[in-house]
Amino acid sequence: MDRTKHPRSRRAALVATAAISALLIAGCSSSSGGKKAEDDAKGASAGKADTPRMTVALVTHQAPGDTFWDIVRKGAEAAAAKDNIKLIYSADPSAGNQANLVQNAVDQKVDGIAVTLAKPDAMKDVIGKAGQANIPVVGLNSGLADWKKLGLLQFFGQDESVAGEAFGKKLNEVGAKKAVCVIHEQGNVGLTQRCDGVKKTFDGHVETLYVNGTDMPSVKSTITAKLKQDSAIDHVVTLGAPFAMTATQAVGDAGSKAEVATFDLNKSLTDAIKKGTIEFAVDQQPYLQGYLAVDSLWLYKNNGNYSGGGEQPVLTGPAFVDKSNVDRIAEFAAKGTR
Amino acid sequence: MTQQAAPAAAPSPASGPGQRDGRTRQRSLGLRLLARPEVGVFLGAVAVFVFFLVMAPTVRQGSSMATVLYQASTIGIMALPVALLMIGGEFDLSAGVAVISSALTAAMISFQLTMNVWVGVLVALVLSLAVGAFNGWMMVRTGLPSFLVTLGTFLGLQGINLAVTKLVTGNVATDDISDMDGFDQAKSVFSSSFHLGDVQVKITVVWWLVFAALATWVLLRTKYGNWIFAVGGNKDSARAVGVPVTFTKISLFMLVGFGAWFVGMHELFAFNTVQSGEGVGQELIYIAAAVIGGCLLTGGYGSAIGPVFGAFMFGMVSQGIVFAGWNPDWFKAFLGVMLLGATLINLWVRQSATRR
Repeated sequence: MDRTKHPRSRRAALVATAAISALLIAGCSSSSGGKKAEDDAKGASAGKADTPRMTVALVTHQAPGDTFWDIVRKGAEAAAAKDNIKLIYSADPSAGNQANLVQNAVDQKVDGIAVTLAKPDAMKDVIGKAGQANIPVVGLNSGLADWKKLGLLQFFGQDESVAGEAFGKKLNEVGAKKAVCVIHEQGNVGLTQRCDGVKKTFDGHVETLYVNGTDMPSVKSTITAKLKQDSAIDHVVTLGAPFAMTATQAVGDAGSKAEVATFDLNKSLTDAIKKGTIEFAVDQQPYLQGYLAVDSLWLYKNNGNYSGGGEQPVLTGPAFVDKSNVDRIAEFAAKGTR
Repeated sequence: MTQQAAPAAAPSPASGPGQRDGRTRQRSLGLRLLARPEVGVFLGAVAVFVFFLVMAPTVRQGSSMATVLYQASTIGIMALPVALLMIGGEFDLSAGVAVISSALTAAMISFQLTMNVWVGVLVALVLSLAVGAFNGWMMVRTGLPSFLVTLGTFLGLQGINLAVTKLVTGNVATDDISDMDGFDQAKSVFSSSFHLGDVQVKITVVWWLVFAALATWVLLRTKYGNWIFAVGGNKDSARAVGVPVTFTKISLFMLVGFGAWFVGMHELFAFNTVQSGEGVGQELIYIAAAVIGGCLLTGGYGSAIGPVFGAFMFGMVSQGIVFAGWNPDWFKAFLGVMLLGATLINLWVRQSATRR
């Protein structure tokens, strides 16, 4: 009968499909690269404190899927694990929403809040509320000019202008004459400060170029177009690691001889520095920002410490990474923590 | 439906006395040509092109045109299925992040299982088609507007892109797969380039034109093409005359999935890694290219060639501003003004063509 035959043939077909796919999968293994080749090295670990469990909220202005902020978060998580802290991480690039997230942390009566001040005015009220609730607040990453005004305990970050100025000096050292500064998010204050800093100390000429950061092919063709339009450009300055990688391709496409240098690091960037396709990177050490911000709240609660005495910010950058020191840093970058 | 062959009757003089009233009068060949959906945008594109030829000396080099065409092709490959879908009366907001979902899937499957990258490429294709099928099925099944359904998919995919990537790789970007088996082959298919004289042309430009030719043929010469116009014009009357509305709509969404897969593969093999937060906002650019290309947001009208010029115009304007060396602070404003201007030319041409 058809009825009895049907399921069996279907089962046979299923078995056959499974067998074929298993064979295919076995035959299709890659002999190089991939997970197999990746180290299963873990991030830094420094034991664990036996202090009472506390809760810390880290609220940033991260845009979804950004490699930089992922490293900040990893640093914060490492410190939280060490200090017996429960870390609540939340982020929103829009200032109003970020303020709501801080309010949410205040409502939860956390033991400490670490916050970025990309748009300080929007955060003023809610930081005041945290103060009324006796919750210590520290700042990180952005807000160097405002953290004291808003009554934050301490601040960990990089002065974007200082970093830009250091970058400009380094460009002088390597003999650059004309640079283009690629901004991947039009209207971002920190990114603009970086380019302005470069302009201030660089003896050559700097031009700004805006690209659409959410669309890599468009980033590539826009940089290519700029290099073609102005063949005198000998340095492309990018403000994020993934854009630096794309810029190297644009340089190739445009048939230009320009060098690429960048702000911020990631995994593939250290390889590029080793190979020499990227000249240098200035690193603000995002891992350190996240780590110190969380750790400082623990120290404040358990030992009453203030980093910088509550008067001076703690600078985490600019640290330069180039061929001379990349090997040491690459091993950490490979873990996605540097 | 727009693409009916015009009868070859001799055109009557434009203002002869004692004629029938103007409504049934045969219009001249020129006017009939101008009334086609792609002609307005073609003239707009030519205007933009000439404008930058004059304003920006660099544009006159062949290699600069290759850059413009490359930018246009990555938009254009997606604008094609998006335009077909729009002619079919629907809308896909998830198209931008779907590109990234596809690229992420291929990268992670290959890397995490240490497979030949082609395995990842095929799994990504299946996933992309499945996302399209889901959009179409959900929309047909529930009767919700496609705007709402694909907005849900858009947000869903955006979250999944991030969360799954972080879960699987421990980072928000995928690992570099450029040293894995099959990478070079796949790169030659999806993101290689070749020399035309001394100009380096990206392979995506070729694919774009091939897909455009294919889409035009399907739209104008096949039964399926008629179905697309029919379901976009009036779904119920289409169903009444025997057009498989459900099949047509679901397959159109799957076509967008295919486009997302293709562009996703291009991005993966061009840049070796993918950041999970990308792609947001691109859907509007695809839709814009289709609309500038003469497709109506209400469906039932449009062409496949129009979006080709729409995407070209977008690439030309965004690169032309850089080639011209204008103050970049105004970049977005220039882009908006020029696109609006080009679209107005488009509109004016169509109106003056159909008025008399």
